[in-house]
Amino acid sequence: MDFSLSEEQQMLEDSVAKYLSNDYDFDTRQRYSGSPKGYSDEVWKQFAELGWTAVPFSEADGGFGYGPVEIMLMMRLFGRGLVVEPYLANVVLAGGALRRSGSDAQKAEWLGGLIAGETQAALAHIEPQSRYELDNVASTAVADDQGYLLSGHKAVVLNGGNADLLIVSARTSGGQNDADGISLFLVPGDADGLTVRRYATVDGQQAAEIEFDNLRVAADACLGEPGQALPVIRSVFDEATLAVCAEAVGIMQVMTEKTVEYSKSRVQFGVPIGSFQALQHRMVDMLTACEQSYSLLLWATMLAADGQEGTAHAISSLKYQIGTAGKKVGQEAVQIHGGMGVTWELDIAHYFKRLTAIGQLFGNADFHLDRLAV
Amino acid sequence: MNLTFSQEELEFRDQIRRVFENEFPDDIRVQRDSGVTISPDDQVRFQKWLFERGWSAVNWPKEYGGTGWTPVQKYLFMQELAEVNAPDIVPFGLSMVGPVIYTFGNDDQKQRFLPDILESNVWWCQGYSEPGSGSDLASLKTRADLDGDHYVVNGTKTWTTLAQHADWIFCLVRTNSDVARRQEGISFVLVDMNSPGVSVKPIITIEGEHEVNEVHFEDVRVPVTNLVGEEGKGWTYGKVLLQHERTNIAAVHHSKFRLRRLREQAERSVRGATPLVQNPSFMRKLAAVEVELKALEFTELRTLAAVSAGKAPGPESSILKFVGTEIQQAIDELYVDAAGYYALPFVPEQYAPDFARDERIGEGNETRASSRYFNFRKASIYGGSNEIQKNIVAKHVLGL
Ligand SMILES: Cc1cc2nc3c(=O)[nH]c(=O)nc-3n(C[C@H](O)[C@H](O)[C@H](O)COP(=O)(O)OP(=O)(O)OC[C@H]3O[C@@H](n4cnc5c(N)ncnc54)[C@H](O)[C@@H]3O)c2cc1C
Repeated sequence: MDFSLSEEQQMLEDSVAKYLSNDYDFDTRQRYSGSPKGYSDEVWKQFAELGWTAVPFSEADGGFGYGPVEIMLMMRLFGRGLVVEPYLANVVLAGGALRRSGSDAQKAEWLGGLIAGETQAALAHIEPQSRYELDNVASTAVADDQGYLLSGHKAVVLNGGNADLLIVSARTSGGQNDADGISLFLVPGDADGLTVRRYATVDGQQAAEIEFDNLRVAADACLGEPGQALPVIRSVFDEATLAVCAEAVGIMQVMTEKTVEYSKSRVQFGVPIGSFQALQHRMVDMLTACEQSYSLLLWATMLAADGQEGTAHAISSLKYQIGTAGKKVGQEAVQIHGGMGVTWELDIAHYFKRLTAIGQLFGNADFHLDRLAV
Repeated sequence: MNLTFSQEELEFRDQIRRVFENEFPDDIRVQRDSGVTISPDDQVRFQKWLFERGWSAVNWPKEYGGTGWTPVQKYLFMQELAEVNAPDIVPFGLSMVGPVIYTFGNDDQKQRFLPDILESNVWWCQGYSEPGSGSDLASLKTRADLDGDHYVVNGTKTWTTLAQHADWIFCLVRTNSDVARRQEGISFVLVDMNSPGVSVKPIITIEGEHEVNEVHFEDVRVPVTNLVGEEGKGWTYGKVLLQHERTNIAAVHHSKFRLRRLREQAERSVRGATPLVQNPSFMRKLAAVEVELKALEFTELRTLAAVSAGKAPGPESSILKFVGTEIQQAIDELYVDAAGYYALPFVPEQYAPDFARDERIGEGNETRASSRYFNFRKASIYGGSNEIQKNIVAKHVLGL
C-alpha cells in the first residue's frame, strides 16, 4: 500500500497547480466561460504545449502512456481551478474512444491534431430518451454499398458545438436496448446533414443538441468492430466518471476551505460566524465529506490503474458518494455564505453549479446506488 | 376531532374555485405553466385582478379594504390560488408595509398609502439588510439625521428584492446611536425611490437573473411625515411585520401543487424515456417528500385552528418557515433529478414569452429545473435564515 506519487506524477501535478495559480484566476475563468466557444483556444494550446492533452495516449500514439492516476491528479486540480477548457470532452471521452478503438489510419488522421490541441472533439452517445442507460440507443446506421446513413438525435453533447470531430454512436443492428449492434462513427463536425444546436450549460461550459438525418459516412468511418461498441463505450464512460469525480473532489475541497475562511472573517452579532457551534459542526461534516470522498477516489483510481476487476463497482461507489456528499458540501457552502453564496459574482456559486452538473453526468447518485444494490 | 371543513367553508372554497376557473387571466396561467418569467406589467395586472374581486389584501382587516377572512378562509384561498399556478403576490406592499401602516401609521399615512397598495398602483421594496447587517439586523448603520422637518438619510441597503421596479422603499434606519440596546434608536421610514440621492445597483444572482439590488442613499431628504409610528420604535414594528408573513410562509400550497405536477410528469414518458414511475429510487424519494409535506400541512392547520379559536399558536407555528423551505428545496432537487442530463442546458432565453415552445431544448420546462434549484437556495437564507429560525426556537420554545 503506497499513496505517494512518483517523481513524474509529482511534476505533472506541480505543473498544473503552478499554471492555474499563475494564469487562471476566477475572473479569467469567467471571461473564458463567457466567450463564444465557452473556453479559451489560447489556453487550450497551452495545455497541449505543456503536454497535458497527451497524458493518457500511448507513446506509439504520440502520448505519454499515463493512466487513471495522472488523469485524477489533473482533474482534481481542474476542479479547484474551475477550468472550463474541454479536457473531459476531448481527451477523456472522444480521445478515450479513439484510443481504444481506432485503427492505425483513424488514429493517424485524428489523434495528432487532438494531442496538439488543434482539433476539437466530442463523443455523441447520450440520447434524449436514454437517461443513464448506455445501451439505450435509438439512432440508426443503415449500411449500403457506399458506407452508412446515420439518423438520430444526440443529447447534451459536451463540447458538441465546438467539435471538428464527432464520435457518434448508432445502431447497425438490434433493438433500442440491445447490447449488441451499437457502432461508433467518426463524423466531421461540418458534415452535411448535421444540425448542431450549441448552448451554454449551467456550469459555464457548453454542450449541443445534435441531430442528423440520413447523414452519409464512408465505410471506414466506423470506429472499431461494427455492432460491438458497447463495451468500449462503457469503459470510456467509467473513465469519464472517474475523471469528473476527481474534479468534484477538488471542488468540494475548495468549497470547504473557502467556507471555513469566510466564516472566520464574516462578523455578525459582534463575532465571526465561524464561532457558532451550529455552523462549526456543519463545517466539520463538510470536511468529513471531502475526506471520505477523497478516500473513495483514491481507491477507485488505483483499482482502475491496475486494471483490476471491481473497478466499475468502485467507480459507482465513488459516483454515489460524490452525488450525495458533493450535494451536501455545495449546499452548505452556499448556505454558510448567506446572501453572498447566491450571487453570480462570487466563485462559490459557480463551484456549486459545476458540482451540481457533475451530479447529473454519467448517472446520478440513485443510478449508481441502484447499480451497487443488485 | 374532525378532518373536514364546515359546510360554509366548503361553499366559500367552491365559490373561490369557480372564479379562478372561469375568470383567471388565461395568458398568465399559460405563461406560468410554461415556465415564463412573469413581467412586472403582468404581475401588476394579476394583482389588480385580485383587487377587483376584493382579494388583494388577504390578511388585512375589512376596514382597510382587506378580505377580513378567517384563518381557514385564507388557507382555502391560498390553496385555490396555487391550484391555478398563479404567481406569488409580491409581498412588500400587501403583506409587509401595508399592515405596518394600518397598525402604526397615522390617519394621513393610511389615506396616502393604503389605497395604492391595495390596488397595486405603487410597487414597494424592503430596505432592511445591509452589507454588514444580515442575520444581525440590529447592527444596521444606515442613518437618518433630523434636519428641520426632514430626515437626511445616508447608507447602503442590500439584497433589496425587485428594487429596480420599486416606486417606494420602507427602511429601517438608525435615528439614534446613543442607546442602551442596539434594537433601540431604529426607526421605520418610507422613502420615495425617486428622491434625489437614491441609486439602485443590480446584483445578479447565482442563476443569472436580476432579482436583487444594492440601494444607496446619499443625503436623501425624507420628510418627517414619512416616519411611521414613533421615532426609535422601528424595531418593534419590523417584528410585527414578520408576524404578518406567517400565512403561507411555509408555501404548503405551492409545494403540493409542484409535487402533484411532478408525479404527473413521472407517469408520462418524457422525451421517449422510460417513465420515472418505473424508477423506484426516484419514486421513494418523491413519496418521502410527500410525507414530509403532509405533516407540514397539518402542522399549519393546527396553527390555523389555534388562531381561529382565539388562542396563541403553539410551538408548531415556529417551525413552519424552515420546514417549508426545506421541503421546497427538496422538491427542487427532485425536479433536477427528473431532468437527468437536461438539467445541464442553461437556456434562459427560451423562457421568454415569445419563444416558440416546440423549439425548446428539452421537454416542457425541464431545463428550468436547475435555475430554480440554484435560485431557491435563497429560501433558507432570506427572511431570517434557517439557522436564525432554529436559534429562535431553541431559545423561545425550548428555553435553552
Ligand atoms: C435572494 C435574496 C433576497 C433578499 N431580499 C431582501 C429584501 O428584499 N430586503 C431585505 O432587507 N433583505 C433581503 N434579503 C437579505 C436576507 O434577509 C439576508 O441575506 C439574511 O438575513 C442573511 O444575512 P446575510 O446574507 O448577511 O448572511 P449572514 O448573516 O452573514 O449569515 C451567514 C451564515 O451565518 C449563519 N448565521 C448567522 N448568525 C448565526 C447564528 N447566530 N447562529 C448560527 N448561524 C448563524 C447564517 O444562517 C448564514 O448561514 C434577501 C436575501 C436574498 C439572498
